[in-house]
Amino acid sequence: MSETRERILERLRRACDGLPPPPTVATDSASVARPPADAAALVRAIRARLEAVRGEVHEAPESSWPALVLRLARERGVHRLLYGPRAALAAALEAEARGSESPQLVKYANSVEAWKEELFSGVDAAVTSAAGGIAETGSLILWPGAAEPRLMSLVPPIHFAVVSAATLYPTLADALRAQDWATRMPTNPLLISGPSKSADIEQTLTYGVHGPRSLIVIVTA
Amino acid sequence: MGSPSDFGLRVERAFADAGARANIRRAMDGLQAKRLEAFPDADALERLRDEGAAIKARALARLPELLEQFEANCLRKGIRVHWAETADEANRIVVEICAKRGVRRAIKGKSMVSEETGLNHALEGEGIEALESDLGEFIIQLAGEGPSHIIAPAIHKDRHQVAALFREHFPDLTPRDDIEGLCATARELLRRRFRDADLGISGVNFLVAETGTLVLVENEGNGRLSTTVPDVHVAITGIEKVVERLADIPPLLALLTRSATGQPITTYVNLINGPRAPGELDGPREVHLVLLDNGRSRIYGDTELRSTLRCIRCGACMNHCPVYVRLGGHAYGTVYPGPIGTVLEPQKSGLDRLGELTEASTLCGACGEVCPVRIPLPALINRLRFDAVRRDPVSTPGRGTRRKRAEALVWRIWAAVHSHPPLYRAYTRLACALRAFAPRRIPGWSDHRTAPRPAERPLHDLVRKAGFDHE
Repeated sequence: MSETRERILERLRRACDGLPPPPTVATDSASVARPPADAAALVRAIRARLEAVRGEVHEAPESSWPALVLRLARERGVHRLLYGPRAALAAALEAEARGSESPQLVKYANSVEAWKEELFSGVDAAVTSAAGGIAETGSLILWPGAAEPRLMSLVPPIHFAVVSAATLYPTLADALRAQDWATRMPTNPLLISGPSKSADIEQTLTYGVHGPRSLIVIVTA
Repeated sequence: MGSPSDFGLRVERAFADAGARANIRRAMDGLQAKRLEAFPDADALERLRDEGAAIKARALARLPELLEQFEANCLRKGIRVHWAETADEANRIVVEICAKRGVRRAIKGKSMVSEETGLNHALEGEGIEALESDLGEFIIQLAGEGPSHIIAPAIHKDRHQVAALFREHFPDLTPRDDIEGLCATARELLRRRFRDADLGISGVNFLVAETGTLVLVENEGNGRLSTTVPDVHVAITGIEKVVERLADIPPLLALLTRSATGQPITTYVNLINGPRAPGELDGPREVHLVLLDNGRSRIYGDTELRSTLRCIRCGACMNHCPVYVRLGGHAYGTVYPGPIGTVLEPQKSGLDRLGELTEASTLCGACGEVCPVRIPLPALINRLRFDAVRRDPVSTPGRGTRRKRAEALVWRIWAAVHSHPPLYRAYTRLACALRAFAPRRIPGWSDHRTAPRPAERPLHDLVRKAGFDHE
């Protein structure tokens, strides 16, 4: 195996010999339509982009997102709502849900193997935080981890994501820099830009293929 | 995968399938329009293409050291890296990973490199089920076909053909004939397969040397399910996919998704930095990456042909190719069709086997104009046509095998005539004098076009008569 590696690398190294040094690349203009950087414009831009791909965007004051999520969940007939009990969102959500019958909060507290069947067929929606948003492309940044596992934004049919307006960036390049992804990113960072979709049959856009059918974003300020 | 005579037969077959041709034409017209809308500012597009080309060229120039840096970072993060020189070796590596863990069911996200190695076939030979989960790949797997386009593999089929396939394979279901109904059926069919798979297989769009990251883009969520739910994830890709820095990703992503389908971004961009970390509740326990050479390091050795390896597999060259949009991908008989396939496949398999593909081009230049990383595809097609008939040594396999003595002689005479003015003048006068004898019908050409006819008088004479004389 390592012989194969050496043979391949050796062929490549031989081809490199004597060639002029490569040109340096500036990648700072990496944007097709850079949105303005003021807060209101960023919210408008991310809303427009997400709505164009059938995402839903709501705005709420920092204190009232749990009530909004629970109301939206009830309106959509969600009975069982998944959340991360160790997530920063947990306390406020639990407090708001206390005393109300529906939706019932489900904790992602055990490793997936212990409750895979239930996760795949017994959960109607999940609520997660987003580490930020990107206005140019209408993307949410998710940094899943121990508190909010990877599958929360993927398996349940509805995904609620709560993002602070203060963490919206004009472009992906801005976000990578500001959040120092190169040194700090977790095992599986994600950009999510709408509900799951496919155009594999006749190039006709259809939503909700394998991932969530709905992406509902709450921008808090 | 095909001999020259097969190519002619496949072209005939493609021309005879009016339904598939209409489906492909419609889809390609749509993709062309969407790409144009996605780049409203032509100057910004050209700047971005400069950037994309420079990033990939620089990464290639440093390829061996970047691969080592990438591998070291992967090892640090717990991603196991395997190197494969050939398609068979890559398949063996995946089969061994499966065998050691008793894997019976593998679920696959879309991967052109796995098509290149014939991985499904290799796994099935060992009794391991390899189920495609991308909707388009799922459809062609049911049909027992290969992809006809690298990003829209089932684009040659319409909804009724897909519905008929579903009815044939899943008689218990009664799928509706509408597209939404077909998608819902596929979702139901595959959901438990994601849940129960022992191993997930995927391709990769970019590897980041600086961080040891695998970057995957997709719209359906099947890619994320394949890389996240099963206990083991095996990614397979070519050695040319590595870039230097994470900061190189935004411009490449912008170029890739906009060039491919006109989207500003795909629904999911999935960055994989390693297996499930301590304390995490999901994600694979093992992540493997198979790095495939399969002729790439040889292509790399030729400084002109090396630009083939810049390709980010967006498919824009085929979407805009007048030959591809009329034929579809199956006529090429190769894994990668269209202009990039015309360039890549003969370099991998040899001009003796696939040299005829280089003629599946009008050299109109559209592919080179849309390529997001500025691969000079028309120049490369021309170069390979030359390699196929040249006698001096070059590294391209099958070099010189398409040389015909009669054709070489004709070209030598042509060159002599066009480089000696007295000869050229005599030739044009003679052609004009014999004008009346020019054939009106040339089989294969004049069926659809007017046969060419020499003018009454040579251009040189006309120009001189008009008062120009620079001789």
